[in-house]
Amino acid sequence: MKALRYLIPLAIFAMLVVFLWRGLSLNPREIPSPLIDKPTPGFALPVLGSEQTFRPEELKGQVWLLNVWASWCVSCRQEHPVLVAIGKERVLPVVGLNYKEVRGDGELDPSKIDAATEKALARERASKWLTRHGDPYLLSVLDLDGRVGVDLGVYGVPETFLIDREGRIRYKHIGPLTKEVWSTVFLPQVKKLSP
Amino acid sequence: MKMPYFLLLLVGLPLGAAIAEVATPLAADPVMEERLKALGQDLRCLVCQNQSLADSNAPLAEDLRQVIREQFRLGKNDDQVRGFLVERYGDFVLYKPPLKGSTLPLWLGPFALLALGLGVLVVLLRKRGHKQPLAPTPDAKAQERARKLLDQDP
Amino acid sequence: MIPELGHFALILALLLALVQAVFPMYGAARGDATLMSLARPAAYGSLVLIASAFLAQAYAFASNDFSVLNVASHSNSKLPLEYRLAATWGSHEGSLLLWTLMLSGWMAAVARFSRHLPLAMVARVLSVMGMVAIGFLLFMLVTSNPFERLLPAAPEGRDLNPLLQDPGMVFHPPMLYMGYVGFSVAFAFALAALLGGRLDATWARWSRPWTTLAWCFLTAGIALGSVWAYYELGWGGWWFWDPVENASFMPWLAGTALIHSLAVTEKRGAFRSWTVLLAIIAFSLSLLGTFLVRSGVLTSVHAFATDPARGVFILAFLAVVIGGSLALYASRAGAVGLGGSFAPVSREALLLGNNVLLVVALAAVLLGTLYPLFIDALGLGKLSVGPPYFEAVFYPLMAPVIFLMGLGPMARWKQSSALELWRQTRLSLGVAVFGAMVVPWLMGRWSPLVASGLLLAFWVIATSLSGLFDRLARGAPSGFLGRLKQQPLSWWGMQLGHMGVAVFIIGVALVKAYEVEKDLRMAPGDTTSIGAYQFRLVDLREGRGPNFKSVIGRMEVWEGERLQAVLRPEKRNYDSSGMPMTEAAIQRSLSRDLYVSLGDPIGEHAWGVRIYVKPFVNWIWGGCVIMALGGLLAIFDRRYRLRAKAANAAATTTIAPEARV
Repeated sequence: MKALRYLIPLAIFAMLVVFLWRGLSLNPREIPSPLIDKPTPGFALPVLGSEQTFRPEELKGQVWLLNVWASWCVSCRQEHPVLVAIGKERVLPVVGLNYKEVRGDGELDPSKIDAATEKALARERASKWLTRHGDPYLLSVLDLDGRVGVDLGVYGVPETFLIDREGRIRYKHIGPLTKEVWSTVFLPQVKKLSP
Repeated sequence: MKMPYFLLLLVGLPLGAAIAEVATPLAADPVMEERLKALGQDLRCLVCQNQSLADSNAPLAEDLRQVIREQFRLGKNDDQVRGFLVERYGDFVLYKPPLKGSTLPLWLGPFALLALGLGVLVVLLRKRGHKQPLAPTPDAKAQERARKLLDQDP
Repeated sequence: MIPELGHFALILALLLALVQAVFPMYGAARGDATLMSLARPAAYGSLVLIASAFLAQAYAFASNDFSVLNVASHSNSKLPLEYRLAATWGSHEGSLLLWTLMLSGWMAAVARFSRHLPLAMVARVLSVMGMVAIGFLLFMLVTSNPFERLLPAAPEGRDLNPLLQDPGMVFHPPMLYMGYVGFSVAFAFALAALLGGRLDATWARWSRPWTTLAWCFLTAGIALGSVWAYYELGWGGWWFWDPVENASFMPWLAGTALIHSLAVTEKRGAFRSWTVLLAIIAFSLSLLGTFLVRSGVLTSVHAFATDPARGVFILAFLAVVIGGSLALYASRAGAVGLGGSFAPVSREALLLGNNVLLVVALAAVLLGTLYPLFIDALGLGKLSVGPPYFEAVFYPLMAPVIFLMGLGPMARWKQSSALELWRQTRLSLGVAVFGAMVVPWLMGRWSPLVASGLLLAFWVIATSLSGLFDRLARGAPSGFLGRLKQQPLSWWGMQLGHMGVAVFIIGVALVKAYEVEKDLRMAPGDTTSIGAYQFRLVDLREGRGPNFKSVIGRMEVWEGERLQAVLRPEKRNYDSSGMPMTEAAIQRSLSRDLYVSLGDPIGEHAWGVRIYVKPFVNWIWGGCVIMALGGLLAIFDRRYRLRAKAANAAATTTIAPEARV
């Protein structure tokens, strides 16, 4: 019995190694959303290319994707072809949330741009980007100040939310969407949610 | 964050030097700013490596500070503001994890260890005090011999 | 060509380390003096080879050889020479090279200054260190070769991170690594003693100065890092409980426990298995630190570019080195005797109590640092553990440590009595309580936090002084000066070390309670006052450095009619990265720092300016310097120098179990 106590340090260390080894395959910077299985936060934002506004309630009864993007976001360009393909196949409606189109761009000084100019500039930049890279979205809304982004817990662009027919967030993907993530993670869930 | 400071200065320098004034606080509402700072120290900037919301210059940190100011203006207290952020970003945003099931070992662990350590210490001291009278052990004798040798100045 | 030579030197060093690890150990087991005596030349050879590799790397940086990948990614031809040299250890690869260089330096030092030790001991110690060297050399050669070529060569380097272009980068990492790696000596001594079956007072005496020296370096290294963060980051903090800071603090706590435990083992032969364990833990925590910085398992401001393959390698290395030594400990520690006995109230008991508390505090830091990882690995989500946690948990655990620190030196070895201790210290306690009541009140605001901090600091000072008076007033009748000279240097070292802790605590308590901060919008000509100081922004002008443009403010600080300081805070914009950097301007003094940093421009000609008045902040680092000096004094105790002949004689008399393997 007495000799056992000299094994305690080794045992503690062995446990530590197991945790550290697990830690190597984890990403400490990916933060899970507390909004999973909670209702999508309400918002009403102007729609790109029209004078209307969009509210998430309008898509009640459907399973849909909310994709956070911006023209200044480099990884968005990387994931865009995947979204375009999803849009073409008409699997489900994809709504774009254009996040801080003007203010998020480090190259511009937002303090020198007034509200009206900002709005116009955002519309122009976003439309141009979609024309060039393809528009997979049912519609895109403009979150100029990123306030809706905060409500959605957005901390990096791109992010993609899967929303069910009751309007609850079921899944959130952080970072660029890939074909693989789409087919292994999203599609099975989409099938489960839509009978 | 690239800003054309230098252009600004070339124009601005000769103008300002003449007028002496008492500097104004950077914030419109210094009292609220004080509060924001205190609260922000305990909140994590989500996109930084490891910085508090109060210290970070990241755009998201600036946005969140703005959101917190808004919440303050709505009359929310610090706990409510924390709750507001946790609802959106989870416990990750708190530098001081809340006491709950999964953080119990974190908060109680050190004190449990302290109790354990002191317990072992007391048992050990008792054992040593009772079982071993203060007689020199063989080892101590050898040591004594060694010490004598060591302390001899050559 | 030169990089290839450096690379080749590393490969040779690896082979030599293999020789150093295998043959002397085998020789010690077999009693073969020829094999054992390979250890010393191998250690010297390692130093020569690794130093050549290091020089080759430094040369590549100095000569802007952008065909070396490491140089191309971490240097730039416009970088001043001193920072190009410091960039040698600015990257993951280079810092490993520095680490290995330090290790070979410690090995050579052990080889050189261990003439009085039995050959078997030296052989085992150097063999263990050789094993550690194998791990690091392999790691470098397999995953992180600092001499990797970039062909065709880059026309220009990507530059060193501007945060690192600072004198702090020149001094902080080498100091810190000297500390980390220095614990490998204590570790090797402990393993050698376990292997040789002789864990006794002589072993403790041998490893004590090495351990203390490593501890001094670590203390200084951590303090330097803290000063650097204080002036460079621009918001005046000096400790952030960042995982990587904690990774340097944990070996320090273990090392502090170790030097005290070694004292008891040396003087009284007690705590032997505990001391060995601490020696293993101190170095293990140094290794854990390298893992945490380089594997990317935790988010930290200090982390190197991370790579999972490297993480796997270091983890495997960790598992072998630490796991192996703890297994050895488990198999041998049971046979270690208890050593000299002592009563429940005695200096031994108090030191053991302090050791327990230090280790609990260490465990708390470890738990807090790794807890986010634990939770994540268990799939329980993500959380952050930051300064508020550590402050809430660490301070209460350290308070009794400080209390015992005052009490310990007062108690006699073997047996003391509570009543006697009370008589000896009641005056000190009274003085400390009085000071803690009055000083905060004199400073203008009394708060329980600052009072409790000061209480502990004054307690340590008062007990130290009363111990000093005791020693000088009583004892041999050789007069005051005679008695002063009679005290061994190690005793002075202890006193100084403890004083350093007190000074440190005073700094921490006062700056936390009484610092003033102002965030202002200032245009040239604007003024503001903080306490007795008047700050006036005179002007702002453009500046130009070797590789950056900057805006430099000129801020005069007046105290009444007297000009106290002219501060020149700077905002830099580095050419290669476009990264804005804040260079705070500080006027330091013993009683306060005046600290100004520039924020961002506001409108046409005003700037955001942050001003701090930080009372007694330099006491924080002053305390660390005093602690390290205390350690140095202790090392120069004549005990450790006079023993060359005597120890050999003592060794042969005490050591019967030597034959046992």
